[in-house]
Amino acid sequence: MKISSVNGRPVNLDLNTIDLPITAYASITHRITGLVLCAAVLVLLWFLDKSLTSEADFTEVQKILSSMPIKALMFLFLAPFWYHLIAGIRHLIMDMGVGESLEGGRLGAKIVFIVSAVLIVFTGVWLWGA
Amino acid sequence: MGSVTSIASLGRNGLYDWVVQRISAVVIAAYFLFLVFFLVMNPGLTYEQWVALFSSNWMQVFSTISLLMLLAHVWIGVWGVLTDYMTPRLMGSKANSMRLVVELVVFAVVLIVAVVGLSIFWSL
Ligand code: HEM
Repeated sequence: MKISSVNGRPVNLDLNTIDLPITAYASITHRITGLVLCAAVLVLLWFLDKSLTSEADFTEVQKILSSMPIKALMFLFLAPFWYHLIAGIRHLIMDMGVGESLEGGRLGAKIVFIVSAVLIVFTGVWLWGA
Repeated sequence: MGSVTSIASLGRNGLYDWVVQRISAVVIAAYFLFLVFFLVMNPGLTYEQWVALFSSNWMQVFSTISLLMLLAHVWIGVWGVLTDYMTPRLMGSKANSMRLVVELVVFAVVLIVAVVGLSIFWSL
């Protein structure tokens, strides 16, 4: 049973019918990356545990991390991390009252996308060694 | 204070959660940036260096605080996401009880990660 009205007033939040502004994409991306990072933390903790167990395990982790699919996996974790971090910093800046206007919000969202894109490119270069 | 209080929120109310979310964000950022910096600065990292880092007392304390902050951050964050989407409007009349079950599972995972993480940091 879905509720399409509350207290007799219609509810229309069907996002498919709404043209979303860049700030909305910035916001939902922050949320999605936060959820991806929850999974990342579990995997990273496993790697950390193993890497600290013994010299042989440490070497094995290094070997696993340098194999292509795992490198891609690490990239899939680091990319969301940069985005979530930069968008999170924007949150903190906006909490201090900076960039809260409509234009400020749009500009901030653009800056977040650009800065995290740059960091993501650097991460790729670091992982695959240019 | 008239703010919303929920037994399922981490703190006493939304404002408290909001503050914890911000403080934890800064601590996690510091911890991860430190680790990234350490790895970038030590390309030929050895096992001895790696263990020396994590078994030093300040790092054990830093890791412990960061892990607890991270788990608080995740709990508040996921709780917020669940209360946004697992609602009767979006999922029908069973949404509230289903959300409670999912919250319990998330909370159990959070507790397990806390135990596993702390035992990694303090067994060195
Ligand atoms: C790996 C670590 C992290 C995980 C697993 C994580 C996870 C999450 C999740 C699931 C949310 C809820 C998303 C939402 O409500 O839309 C969230 C929110 C948030 N995160 Fe993170 N996060 C991590 C690291 C960080 C870092 C380093 C920052 C640094 C600035 C940060 C800043 C924030 C902020 C400010 C919010 C609140 C957003 C709001 O109030 O709407 N997070 N995080």
